[in-house]
Amino acid sequence: MTAAQTGAPALQLTDVRKSFGKTEIIRGVNLSIPAGERHAIIGPNGAGKSTLFNLVSGRFPVSTGSIKLDGRETTRLKPFEINRMGLSRSFQVTNIFHRLSVFENIRAATLYSLGYRYSFWHRLASLRDAAERAEEVLQMIGLRSRRDTMAGLLTYAEQRALEIGVTIAGGADVILLDEPTAGMSRSESDAAVELIRRVTKGKTLVMVEHDMSVVFGLADRISVLVYGEVIASDVPSAIRGNAKVQEAYLGTTLENAETAHG
Amino acid sequence: MNRAKHTLIPTRVQAMAPGMTGGTGALQGGRTIRFQPVNVGRYFVWGLAAVLFAVAPLIFTSGFAVTLLSQMGIFIIFCLSYNVIFGQGGMLSFGHAVYSGLGAFFAIHALNWIGAGTLSLPVALIPLVGGLAGAFFGVLFGYVTTKKSGTPFAMITLGIGELVFACSLMFPGFFGGEGGITTNRVVGEPFLGITFGPQIQVYYLVALWCFASMIAMFAFSHTPLGRISNAVRDNPERVEFIGYNTQRVRYLVLIVSAFFAGVSGGLTAINFEIVSAENVSAVRSGGVLLATFIGGAGFFFGPILGAVVFAFAAIALSEFTKAWQLYLGVFFVLMVMYAPGGLASIILMNLRVAKYGKFRRLLDPYWGLLLTGAAALLGIVAVVELTYFRTLEGFSGSKTTLFGLPVDSASPEVWLTVIVLLVAAAAGFEAMRRRFKREWDVVQEEIEEQVAREVKL
Repeated sequence: MTAAQTGAPALQLTDVRKSFGKTEIIRGVNLSIPAGERHAIIGPNGAGKSTLFNLVSGRFPVSTGSIKLDGRETTRLKPFEINRMGLSRSFQVTNIFHRLSVFENIRAATLYSLGYRYSFWHRLASLRDAAERAEEVLQMIGLRSRRDTMAGLLTYAEQRALEIGVTIAGGADVILLDEPTAGMSRSESDAAVELIRRVTKGKTLVMVEHDMSVVFGLADRISVLVYGEVIASDVPSAIRGNAKVQEAYLGTTLENAETAHG
Repeated sequence: MNRAKHTLIPTRVQAMAPGMTGGTGALQGGRTIRFQPVNVGRYFVWGLAAVLFAVAPLIFTSGFAVTLLSQMGIFIIFCLSYNVIFGQGGMLSFGHAVYSGLGAFFAIHALNWIGAGTLSLPVALIPLVGGLAGAFFGVLFGYVTTKKSGTPFAMITLGIGELVFACSLMFPGFFGGEGGITTNRVVGEPFLGITFGPQIQVYYLVALWCFASMIAMFAFSHTPLGRISNAVRDNPERVEFIGYNTQRVRYLVLIVSAFFAGVSGGLTAINFEIVSAENVSAVRSGGVLLATFIGGAGFFFGPILGAVVFAFAAIALSEFTKAWQLYLGVFFVLMVMYAPGGLASIILMNLRVAKYGKFRRLLDPYWGLLLTGAAALLGIVAVVELTYFRTLEGFSGSKTTLFGLPVDSASPEVWLTVIVLLVAAAAGFEAMRRRFKREWDVVQEEIEEQVAREVKL
């Protein structure tokens, strides 16, 4: 059942905490993201944005608190179990299969969701649905001309696009993107925004992003994370005007902040 | 040490790994370089392999040759099975002989049961017994080893290897102690007059199983599990985020690999009619790793080359010299240093150069390498053989023969000549290698540019 059917939020975090040793990195985060929303998480370096993603995707176990995906508890589950429930994530540092071709990267990411799981009795070449889905994703991420290139030989921007392709190929309903435009030039990041808009149509998107033009261009709602706490969660215009945010995160004035982070 | 500087063959070749899109290489369209045979090409290659298997003993007819060919076939299965976990799955195992060895023990007991009339099974199916035993121990030991990956995995396999070897000496009832278990393969009802008495019949049994295993393992590398094992090799962490439990992937892949290792073990039992602790030893485990690496773990056919070269070295070379393992060791070191992609990558890179019509330019540097290399080889062989002679047979006098020439191993002149030859040849080789490397890099760069242009078109 999808979130829309159950009416539960696509992603709900209740008092989530995470400590490494004595240091508490995430300090009681509450967040509710309805299905179909494009949600950005912003915050200064070290605020715990990536850690939060790692908790939601199951890479790290939470210390206390609960995380629900479409109303179902995922708090103690492994990354692959959470993925099978319909959540897929990308990584800040490109995390692809560098010795496989672009096409194979995408196709590998479709296999589990199409039900082939650990099969050694299917011939890959005969799996038309996997091939079609892979071609479709290749088309979406604009890497069709690089279909048979080894992923490790792609340019940086192409690898970032492939990273997103691998993330969405399995057809997950909730997509987490960790700094999808990090290290990109202006034109590359404009293209990336278009790409993200295209591939997350009708899905729930949660992204961590430093580039404010990307954030304000894409997000329906923005949460501001500072020192492991969400200090504001609202629509972009309200976040812009939020005094607490300007003080704690953006600095004293909006102009300064936009030049610093833009 | 800067690896790239010392590497003859750029590591990029390793790139053309199993898992590159079924059949197509770096390019698309009509001018594709095919690093793996596709469709028609693929059937042609398999057909050629079948013909090779069939006619090999008709060309090399001596008893020695047939023995050698049989062992090559068995070793090919073993190396390919190792590459299922190593080259394709990224699991470096130091204990793979456990699966082939235990498979061999079960197979030889099965043979003896057939002989005693307590088991009714055609001898030709004995390798299947080995395979099932191998898979069984894959299920058992793999459950422990595949909980870890990387270095811990390698360490645990080393431990399991030692454990099984120790057990093989502790339980003489099953393992036969120092002497091992012997058998007679000529048992049961002959089928169409095939008794497996003559070696040539054993060869064709090996050839059949080898051919079938090759096809089966190749097919495996093109299944969802096979492809995901490539993904686990490249980036285990990401695999967890596309829905796969990497531990389960490693476990299943290891069981598949152990099955084929067991098949090779079953054939070993038939071929030698004896299985002993040596079959599960670290020496065997090391051998399969060496051979697979020499052949080229990044390519499906690499381990086949490796197995052929290694078996040839182990059997033919050991006829001529006691120092064969030393030569193999030197060869291995040189391969790791200069051609980490193995023989397969050397062949494929040169084919690529030839395809772009630039091989002619490498001919001169190649001749230089070949001549200085041959001289250096002579030098190494002379030093090694003289040393071996002095330490192992020196008591019977200092006179011996070297390359058919009578020499006095105690004479300083002989040693001086040999050492001067070695040093001069080694220096020459190094100079030639640098020259070759320069030319090679230029050629590769030109090809890359050409490839880039073609992609744009």
